[in-house]
Amino acid sequence: MRWLLRAGVAVALAFIYVPLLVVVITSFNSDSTFSWPPAGLTLRWWSAAAQNDGALDAVVTSAQVGLAATAVALVLGTMAAFALSRHRFFGRQTISLLVVLPIALPGIVTGIALNNAFRTVLGLDLGFVSLVVAHATFCVVVVFNNVAARLRRLGGNVEEASMDLGATRLATFRMVTLPSLASALLAGALLAFALSFDEIIVTTFTAGAEIETLPVWIFSNLFRPNSAPVVNVVGTVLIAVSIVPIWLSQRLSGDTAGGRL
Amino acid sequence: MAGSHTAVRAVGLPRRTLLRRSSASLHRRPWLRLGGLLSAPLLWLGVAYIGSLAALLVTAFWSTDTFTGDVVRVWTLDNFAQLWQEDVYRTVVLRTLSVAVLVTVLDALLAFPIAFYMAKVATPRTQKLLVVAVLMPLWASYLVKAYAWRIMVSDSGVIESVLGVTPGFGLVAATLTLAYLWLPFMILPLFAGLQRLPDSLLDASEDLGARPGRTFRSVVLPSVLPALAAGSIFTFSLSLGDYITVEIVGGTSQLLGNVVYDNIGAANNLPFAAAMATVTVAVMVCYLAAVRRTGALDNL
Repeated sequence: MRWLLRAGVAVALAFIYVPLLVVVITSFNSDSTFSWPPAGLTLRWWSAAAQNDGALDAVVTSAQVGLAATAVALVLGTMAAFALSRHRFFGRQTISLLVVLPIALPGIVTGIALNNAFRTVLGLDLGFVSLVVAHATFCVVVVFNNVAARLRRLGGNVEEASMDLGATRLATFRMVTLPSLASALLAGALLAFALSFDEIIVTTFTAGAEIETLPVWIFSNLFRPNSAPVVNVVGTVLIAVSIVPIWLSQRLSGDTAGGRL
Repeated sequence: MAGSHTAVRAVGLPRRTLLRRSSASLHRRPWLRLGGLLSAPLLWLGVAYIGSLAALLVTAFWSTDTFTGDVVRVWTLDNFAQLWQEDVYRTVVLRTLSVAVLVTVLDALLAFPIAFYMAKVATPRTQKLLVVAVLMPLWASYLVKAYAWRIMVSDSGVIESVLGVTPGFGLVAATLTLAYLWLPFMILPLFAGLQRLPDSLLDASEDLGARPGRTFRSVVLPSVLPALAAGSIFTFSLSLGDYITVEIVGGTSQLLGNVVYDNIGAANNLPFAAAMATVTVAVMVCYLAAVRRTGALDNL
């Protein structure tokens, strides 16, 4: 039984990591058709990527969108988490479903619904604002989940003690609640940013023609024979960079699951 | 306690400042507090988002003037009739559903052993490492991962050079890639669910003479069902609407998402795309309603 379990673990880990490894190795493949095994190794694509303005601009755009969407999601997600964890009221279940909905529904539905709302219903042009609104909508849930989980664990005793000692609600929030929520907020923010940074489906429908985020750049260069090797390099960098938020959220959340989805 | 210091000071100075008064009135009126907290999220998600979805639903009952390409605002069921009657679309819907189900099953099978090992067998140190190992690809780019499978399954790619054969670009590759993409979404809720399952229950089952298979069926499976359902929301829903993966590794095969995408872009038929999307939402709502009974939504 035990060896079967271990075999299962090995299969899952191999399934997860072999494709990632292949991208990393292929970024050094001297043959631009990616035949396996690599014919030879080269750093040519890496220097090409470093000089690729399109990719670098796209990274900046993605970061701006991600930060703005995360900021909105932090406010909305925290408010919703407080409302739902600290109060019992009619329709509470419905609201928790409402928060999950943007991520539970397929991205293409959210994408065309918002596209239709912006262009046809409101008559607005697509651009940075519509993109941030769209991203914030599906980012709320990760902040909500992290904060709600933390609030459940904290209970209300410490806050009650603070107020029994005469602190105002605001002072209690500032000096008791907020510090104990800080790491959950950060874990939620990290997840929200990562979600936004990586999103392509909703982005395709709400960004308009002017804005090119990194995923949009990658997708449009994937099928171009000359750009595909550069995509490998960008992919390798993204894989390497993804270790940072993981490490951070592990250190911060204290949750064994490293923050909640 | 950081708060106690000021708290004591606050008792010493019972000044009725505006802040203090508003704080006190909020304290006495939980409904006011709740209303304030809910206002912004409800406006954003309840009014703006649900409003957009409703507008989309309405559009599904309109049509497009084939001549000018403008949306004609006259109520009609044509889009849904077309969806139902034309074989192409019925096939696409069924194909998409089968892919989503297959992906979910594949992920559940792959996720269970590693989630069980993480929760019940591994030492705390190994557990931590495995959690990181599972989480890591979640942060790596979605497109890069889909693209990795393009390299894997392509002619003279990794799979062919190791196994001698490759599924090539098509539905098999698309299913594998989708299962790959959403695997962490299945492992993590399962792991959390298994962690909540007390070890003593497993021991008790064994003491009562159950073999591992019986323990799995009668103890483990029923108690992790909500977690399994929670994971399946992601694997199922994310597969249902995906059209990018299919474009990257799916060859010429089309799923629901591709039809929606083509109708918005090339065909410029928003009402039909909306009808197609409505079908997706309907499927998802039924699915959510079904898994809600298991308590899956609290396991997300």
